[in-house]
Amino acid sequence: MEKVYINSIGSISAQKTFDNNDFLEEITTYEDNIIPVIEPNYKDFIPPAAARRMAKGIKMGVVASKIALEEANLTDIDAIITGTGMGCVRDSEKFVTAILDNNEQFLTPTSFIQSTHNTVAGQIALGIGCKGYNFTYVHSSVSFESALIDALMQLELKEAENILVGGVDESGEHTNAIHKLIQHIKPEKINSNELLNSKTAGAVFGEGANFFVLSNKKQDSSYAQVLGVKTFNTLAISDLLANLEAYLKENNLSATDIDVLISGNNGDIDYDNYYTELTNGPFKNTQQVVYKHLSGEFNTASAFGFWLGAKILKTQQIPSAVAINTIKTKGFEIVLLYNQYRGKNHSFTLLRRC
Amino acid sequence: MSTGVAITGMGIISAIGNNVSENYSSLLEGRTGISHISKIDTVHKGSIMVGEIEFTNAELEAKLGLSADNNYSRTALLGAVAAKEAIADAKITNIKDYRTGLISSTSVGGMDMTEKFYYDYLESEDNRKYIEGHHAGDSTEKIAEQLGIDQSLVTTISTACSSAANAIMFGARLIKTGKLDRVIVGGADCLSKFTINGFKTLMILSDTYNTPFDENRKGLNLGEAAAYLVLESDFLVKKEKKKVLGYVVGYGNANDAYHQTASSENGDGATLAMEKALAVAGLEPKDIDYINAHGTATGNNDLSEGRALIRVFGKEIPEFSSTKAYTGHTLAAAGAIEAVYAILSLQNNIIYPNLNFKTPMKEFSLIPQTTLKEKALNTVLSNSLGFGGNCSTLIFSK
Amino acid sequence: MSDLKQELKEKIITQLNLEDIAIDEIADDDSLFGDGLGLDSIDALELIVMLDKDYGIKLTDPKEGKKIFESIEVMAKYIAEHRTK
Repeated sequence: MEKVYINSIGSISAQKTFDNNDFLEEITTYEDNIIPVIEPNYKDFIPPAAARRMAKGIKMGVVASKIALEEANLTDIDAIITGTGMGCVRDSEKFVTAILDNNEQFLTPTSFIQSTHNTVAGQIALGIGCKGYNFTYVHSSVSFESALIDALMQLELKEAENILVGGVDESGEHTNAIHKLIQHIKPEKINSNELLNSKTAGAVFGEGANFFVLSNKKQDSSYAQVLGVKTFNTLAISDLLANLEAYLKENNLSATDIDVLISGNNGDIDYDNYYTELTNGPFKNTQQVVYKHLSGEFNTASAFGFWLGAKILKTQQIPSAVAINTIKTKGFEIVLLYNQYRGKNHSFTLLRRC
Repeated sequence: MSTGVAITGMGIISAIGNNVSENYSSLLEGRTGISHISKIDTVHKGSIMVGEIEFTNAELEAKLGLSADNNYSRTALLGAVAAKEAIADAKITNIKDYRTGLISSTSVGGMDMTEKFYYDYLESEDNRKYIEGHHAGDSTEKIAEQLGIDQSLVTTISTACSSAANAIMFGARLIKTGKLDRVIVGGADCLSKFTINGFKTLMILSDTYNTPFDENRKGLNLGEAAAYLVLESDFLVKKEKKKVLGYVVGYGNANDAYHQTASSENGDGATLAMEKALAVAGLEPKDIDYINAHGTATGNNDLSEGRALIRVFGKEIPEFSSTKAYTGHTLAAAGAIEAVYAILSLQNNIIYPNLNFKTPMKEFSLIPQTTLKEKALNTVLSNSLGFGGNCSTLIFSK
Repeated sequence: MSDLKQELKEKIITQLNLEDIAIDEIADDDSLFGDGLGLDSIDALELIVMLDKDYGIKLTDPKEGKKIFESIEVMAKYIAEHRTK
């Protein structure tokens, strides 16, 4: 089996991450329950004729993928695999609204076409003329990890050499409004610095696009090696540790081998107890890192966690904004990511320094 | 030829039948499921033609024994019914005996409920239970729960009209690489105002019965359906002495990279997908005995796919037909519906007629099989081509 | 007629999101598709809805649009002759 490397990254998030030379030196703090991304100048990346129909999510995905391809020094790629929990919600909302407001009359096709979940993957392929394998996974908080599993299988078996993998979700006005009604979004605005200690239910919703070139050929730009990914549709809190230990064992590792634990806790008092099982348990004395106070919660927020893990391993630095303890300041070899959303769709991802 | 991945069970619900045997009878009898919209609350009721499933949501809920406070979209209801039939067909009694995953697919997900309660959500609490059911993974989560699949790999693919073919492909690869022993694969899509109006804006809906590969084709009819297959590893099949219905031997996915919705005139994507699938199966074009074409009856698809068939098979194109005139185009589910039909073809040595065909297309001399035909079949190739240039091919064998 | 042409240019720019194009950059006889303004088949579908909604002209076959949307000149002439509102 071939080893798989993260050869490049491209990130658009609620922090200024689109420049790969930066690493969370400047932090933008929010006081809200919905946070937007900090956008690059899309015109620098997408010709106006191509951009004119693109909603925000498509632009974010296309640009993040361009940044990643450029860093990997590639113009074409063997496969494009994306994950998106909600797809292009803005266009979906636009089309539903048009249907309802005009009683199904005088509807135009653009928002319908763009609303399709595989739009971003399709647009990237169209943009670079990539006729290879093109998949889109749409399964809540394991959308990105499903894409990773697929890419790893192909790269490990040498069915492909370079695969573009990414997670993208945009936030939509109506979607946010109704998720506030059912308290999936916190009712109160909250400062990002306080978020993860919040004592209330719900999350702060965000959006973002995080793309990576994964390859079985290591190169100078490589960030880390991907050891593996595992997802679980359900996991009772009482079964979490046993399953994690078994997973680590499959990789010939134990909890003490983990140098950095990156947790996906989002400040939702009803579900963050999953993470405390780890952080107060076997990883109590491990360097711990968090990120959703910077990115917000969205179905592919874990791709931002993956970006963070890759950056930490390459730079061997942990920005102060993400560290919640100071157990270790150098010599980071193995990173474990754990994420779930509302107690479902859990994932473990293992990265190693390369 | 590679041995492939065993299929040990299947289940289906479509406009031409509520289970596998009803679907097969309709295919044999040439009975179409296309009629004017009668069940969806739309201004197009009585004018646009679609393939609707007889059961109401309440009837499907009763069939599944769901309590009144359930928040199943119609996609989830259809998916659960078909997936349960597949599990029963595979005679699985304890699903936890082996590492079992679920790879489902959908394009509309819970949009049927979203469009119904879109503004209502903001005003009243009554139907807010459906908000969580909107996202595409929700129907998959519910099917997993219905089947008792937990602590496992469960995910959803959405690549428009090739979604279920891609779910089958991914499932087969998970078995081949030994990641799982058993994977339930397939897809579900209900009809919604969203898709009906969406396809209407593209001006590719026929105002009458769809006529695949006909010169005077006027477009497609949409349909609703769900179908699932049970894929099992050789180890499991041997150990449990399972009856094998057929094998997934080849698969390939490629992108046309030509246009957001239309297929390229030369069918580049479809050609690549078929070539990849043949290579994975270790087969030559001459080894294919029957092709279940995507054949949606849009001007663009049938021309592009026809040209791709000629590019791959040259002058020796085996019998081919599209079953879209029976079921309508069932979008994300189509690849699974047609996989079930392919297995039934192999089991019974039967080629289904391409209904409603009269006049060959002027661009080439391709003529689909128009009558029910008995032929010894060992391999069937099935195409699914979709938006975003997404092209997939599966090859099944006995 | 020149008012209608001006109106069409404005509508095309807004409805098709041609942000970077100014009204006076579109000549009456510029071809709208292909090498001219670079519109494509999705734009044609958008324009068909505009004909229906704003001028009461119903096209059932997208191929008809090809001839009508050749240029602003041709489009304006067709609308003037066929409009019902």
